[in-house]
Amino acid sequence: MALIEIKRITKFYEMGSQVVKALDGIDIDVKKNDYLAFIGSSGSGKSTMLNILGCLDKPTTGEYHLNGKNVEALEQNELSEIRNREIGFIFQSFNLLPRANALGNVMQPLIYRNIGFRKRKEMAMRALQRVGLGDRVDHLPNQLSGGQRQRVAIARALVTSPSILLADEPTGNLDSRTTIEIMQLFDELHAEGHTLIVVTHEDEIAQHCHRVVEMKDGKIFNDSTVTGGSAKVTA
Amino acid sequence: MFFALFESARSALASIYAHGLRSFLTTLGIVIGVASVIAVVSVTQGMSSFIGDTFASLGTNSLTIQSYTPFEDQMKGIRARLTPEDLEMIERRAEGIASITPILYANRSSQIKYGSQTAFSQIMGTTYAYQDVAQSYTQIGRFLAQTDNLTRRRIAVIGEKVRENLSLPENPVNEYVEIGGEWFKIVGMLEERGDIMGFSQDDIVLVPYATMVSLQGNQTRTDIQIQLSLSDSADIEDVSRQLTTLLRNAHDLRSDEDDDFRIQTAEQLMEEFDQIIGMVTVVIGGIVSISLLVGGIGIMNIMLVSVTERTREIGICKAIGAKRHHILMQFLIEALLLSLLGGIIGLAIGFGLGTLISNTIPGFPSASIPLWSIALALGFSGFVGVLFGILPAAKAANLDPIDALRYE
Ligand SMILES: Nc1ncnc2c1ncn2[C@@H]1O[C@H](COP(=O)(O)OP(=O)(O)OP(=O)(O)O)[C@@H](O)[C@H]1O
Ligand SMILES: [Mg+2]
Repeated sequence: MALIEIKRITKFYEMGSQVVKALDGIDIDVKKNDYLAFIGSSGSGKSTMLNILGCLDKPTTGEYHLNGKNVEALEQNELSEIRNREIGFIFQSFNLLPRANALGNVMQPLIYRNIGFRKRKEMAMRALQRVGLGDRVDHLPNQLSGGQRQRVAIARALVTSPSILLADEPTGNLDSRTTIEIMQLFDELHAEGHTLIVVTHEDEIAQHCHRVVEMKDGKIFNDSTVTGGSAKVTA
Repeated sequence: MFFALFESARSALASIYAHGLRSFLTTLGIVIGVASVIAVVSVTQGMSSFIGDTFASLGTNSLTIQSYTPFEDQMKGIRARLTPEDLEMIERRAEGIASITPILYANRSSQIKYGSQTAFSQIMGTTYAYQDVAQSYTQIGRFLAQTDNLTRRRIAVIGEKVRENLSLPENPVNEYVEIGGEWFKIVGMLEERGDIMGFSQDDIVLVPYATMVSLQGNQTRTDIQIQLSLSDSADIEDVSRQLTTLLRNAHDLRSDEDDDFRIQTAEQLMEEFDQIIGMVTVVIGGIVSISLLVGGIGIMNIMLVSVTERTREIGICKAIGAKRHHILMQFLIEALLLSLLGGIIGLAIGFGLGTLISNTIPGFPSASIPLWSIALALGFSGFVGVLFGILPAAKAANLDPIDALRYE
């Protein structure tokens, strides 16, 4: 059974008399340890798609099964639980808590699981070391570089050992050298068995992924599996 | 739940601390409210327990009769009087009286001299019965005797305070003091009674009634006070009614005329004090509830601002798994801590103020805060915090994660 099963999902926004069809009938399955990229022009519905996958947003119609659970039927608190346990979300703008240091940020999702401080710290330290930030744990977000901030965000997504990692243009705010570092980290995480879904509009990033889904006007335009593993970035 | 709660409290404190000045200004309403209630309660509590004690020691079975002139009559130059004849009449005809004594206050100068020392004191002419009526006995020497009155002896019994003011020796008996140009020999000193509301009870000089009368030249205008104590079986209401009838008859008052005297019992005085204190408490209670209301609105306002400011943070927390109650708790705890903080600061300031007030007024009973007022103050400020924190906290908790994340 697929990790994610999506059937005929739509997301409409009513803007006055006009209806914007951000998603217009999407069917997609994602298997465990998939490494998938959503690509497509601006406004094609990629972010909307990812937000729904991440249970941050609800579709207008359609079915979404995550790990066999029907997400549609869940209410806010249960969705919070899903976001906490099943999903690690990585944002383009990092979205770190400004008043907490790197360690505090990574520990935050564990608070909602009611894990004691010592255990929390141990898990967060491991996640930070995993992303190569073991020596910056007490820095506040504004004392870190963009790449370092995104690593903290990745550590925060990893620390709960979620079923899927979702990243919406994770390198959109980073320079090309840092982009390569982050993508190498993603490749490693995939190799370790994580399921990754990345939204991007950069071909170089999409080339890392094993499956590329192209979107257009809220629909899936092309869904191709790249065989033979990830290509190297040539930048 | 526990760790989440603990973290909520920690982050609430951090956020209060991060906006130190703003937090302080926000709590000001609560601070002022609690400070004023504690100041007033600490002063009135000290006062009312003291007054209670004092009046209890005055004895509840004694009463005082004074002449009373309505203000309009005073303007016309009419003066109601209580005369020695009234006293005689009451002695003869009233029932249920254990002891009775006239009191005549020195009407000209209440100056008293000893050597080079001069002091002002309450000088009154009275009889030996005063000690029973006022429950005031001598600690050194003797009290006024009946013979002193008959022979108009120039003797005096003084209070401790007078001795102090005039720098009389520890044992002032047999010393001579000058009152109204006459020499008086001190025969006794009264037991110390302390102060009521800053007025010393020991700043009195007692001389024989007849001596005082003779000192006051014009005896046609003598206006005395009568103090009496009741016998054990007598009912205070009955006696005052009886006295009223007797005096009205003696003064030839028509039934449509008001009493030209007042009968006061110690109990009445105490009730009056209690009423005043009760009124002060009600007024302060009003002020406090208004300032707590204002304080609460201030907290609500700042919490709403804080929720708006932290919309993105709330979105982030929700995105990584915060449930509704996690967010609710965080903001509710922040509001609670803010107002409790205000309550604690207010408590300290209020107690400081109460102590200051009771210390600056000499002889004022010392401030005391009963435990219930602390509990009440903290309970109320906590309640206000929760009450006015609910709306902003609920607003935060109900934010949609995606909307909150998109908030600019
Ligand atoms: N909250 C909203 N209200 C109204 N319309 C919205 C809202 N969010 C998205 N849309 C619309 O939905 C469509 C898809 O938006 P989405 O953000 O998913 O695009 P995208 O593919 O991520 O684009 P980009 O590459 O620029 O990030 C757009 O036309 C957008 O205007
Ligand atoms: Mg987008």
